[in-house]
Amino acid sequence: MPRGQAEHRARGYIIAALLLTGLWYLASSMLDSPELPSPLTVLYAFIAGIRADLGFHILISAFRVLYGIALAGSFAVPLGLLCYNNRIDKLIAPVIYLLYPIPHIVLLPLIILLFGIGNLSKIVLIAIIVFFQILVTTRDAARNLSTNYIYSLLSLGATPKDVYRHVILPACLPKILTAMRISVGTSIAVLFFVESFATQEGLGYMIMYAWSKMDYPALYAAIVAMALLGLCLYLILECVEKRLCAWVYLQ
Amino acid sequence: MIYPDGTEALHDVNFAINSGASCSIIGPSGCGKTTLLFILAGILKPSEGRVQLDAQPREVALILQDYGLFPWKTIYENVDLGLRLRGISRSERRGIVLSLLDKLGLRNFAYHYPKQLSGGMQQRVAFARALALKPRILLMDEPLSSLDALTRETLQNFLLRLWKDNGMTMILVTHSIEEAVFLGKEIIVLSPRPGHVVKIIENLNAGDENYRTREDFFTKCREVRQNIEQGAI
Repeated sequence: MPRGQAEHRARGYIIAALLLTGLWYLASSMLDSPELPSPLTVLYAFIAGIRADLGFHILISAFRVLYGIALAGSFAVPLGLLCYNNRIDKLIAPVIYLLYPIPHIVLLPLIILLFGIGNLSKIVLIAIIVFFQILVTTRDAARNLSTNYIYSLLSLGATPKDVYRHVILPACLPKILTAMRISVGTSIAVLFFVESFATQEGLGYMIMYAWSKMDYPALYAAIVAMALLGLCLYLILECVEKRLCAWVYLQ
Repeated sequence: MIYPDGTEALHDVNFAINSGASCSIIGPSGCGKTTLLFILAGILKPSEGRVQLDAQPREVALILQDYGLFPWKTIYENVDLGLRLRGISRSERRGIVLSLLDKLGLRNFAYHYPKQLSGGMQQRVAFARALALKPRILLMDEPLSSLDALTRETLQNFLLRLWKDNGMTMILVTHSIEEAVFLGKEIIVLSPRPGHVVKIIENLNAGDENYRTREDFFTKCREVRQNIEQGAI
């Protein structure tokens, strides 16, 4: 990204953050209630949190989300790309369409039964939910690929493996990475859910714990940390996308 | 050739082309020209009949209508790809690719992406990619159809020189009568779908860059036009 554009974007983020903080300040002074402390109080709580163990909880949460998305991607991407093949798609597509609309979060009891109540079951639940988002997008991208590219590669003497490597994967990669970027939001929502029980680590736990103690500044500090975590992951994935798919962003 | 959905694209197409000849295939749109080319290239299998080539499948190169370049690969990677798929060593490939890019005036654009190049330049990249494989048979599907008239004539001249210099067999599918007459020493006229051969016209005067402005060129164009119209009835 050219430097001027980066500065432009940074300025946009700063203005948006100031605007939201301003609204927050207004709301808190109008409500005048401990349930919505002012931004400044929360900032102090955030700094105090960082001096204590907030950083550790952020890392644990980041690890769970990243692991979940990576796990989902490593299954969803190959499966979605295979759907380029008509016979495989006929097999897989009905299964996807039947399973996709189910709120997968209700599978939690089953997942706990299978994977215990530790880290793994939290990661697996995030992965399952994000899996379908990435799979559906990847499959659509693979199904809409122009056959001209395939013919063009075949004419150069390509094997089916070459077709996946040189055409199907690179052509679908921008859509795959966009799907992953969007799945950050979903996975953080799920993260809160899975961290709200049977754990004493992570931002979800911090929120629940602060809530139970009615320590509202700490509660909001954890919420801010969650927002920052989501923003960072989103920006990282965007950088990866711009890097790996430079050809999409050419003028 | 009948497609799985029941469309009969080609019917009873018979012809022979001499090794080292240049041949244009022309016909109304939808007459199965592209299907015919894909069959010749071995990408599609004919439902009936067969193709006999005096060359190995790997000695056949195909250039598609919209250049068939991969937008996610740089010019260098695009030209390199065919060689890479054939397992040629990186250093040997590099020599071939760079000399071709030099020859076609693309050296300065080696690390650009296709999107950053004009249509005419993209077409030259497609030629470079095909030529890198040193084909004995070059198949082209309306390679110049999306270019403006001037670029088109420049590239037609370029193609003519290419054919003369390399001694390969060139088969060109086109819907332009002038292009067919300018480039093909033999012109195969196909009928509307299902395509069959209406006539094979000899065009021995082709092969000269000045042919385009001569009287015999226009006479030949007229002959081709009449045959296309007859075939359409």
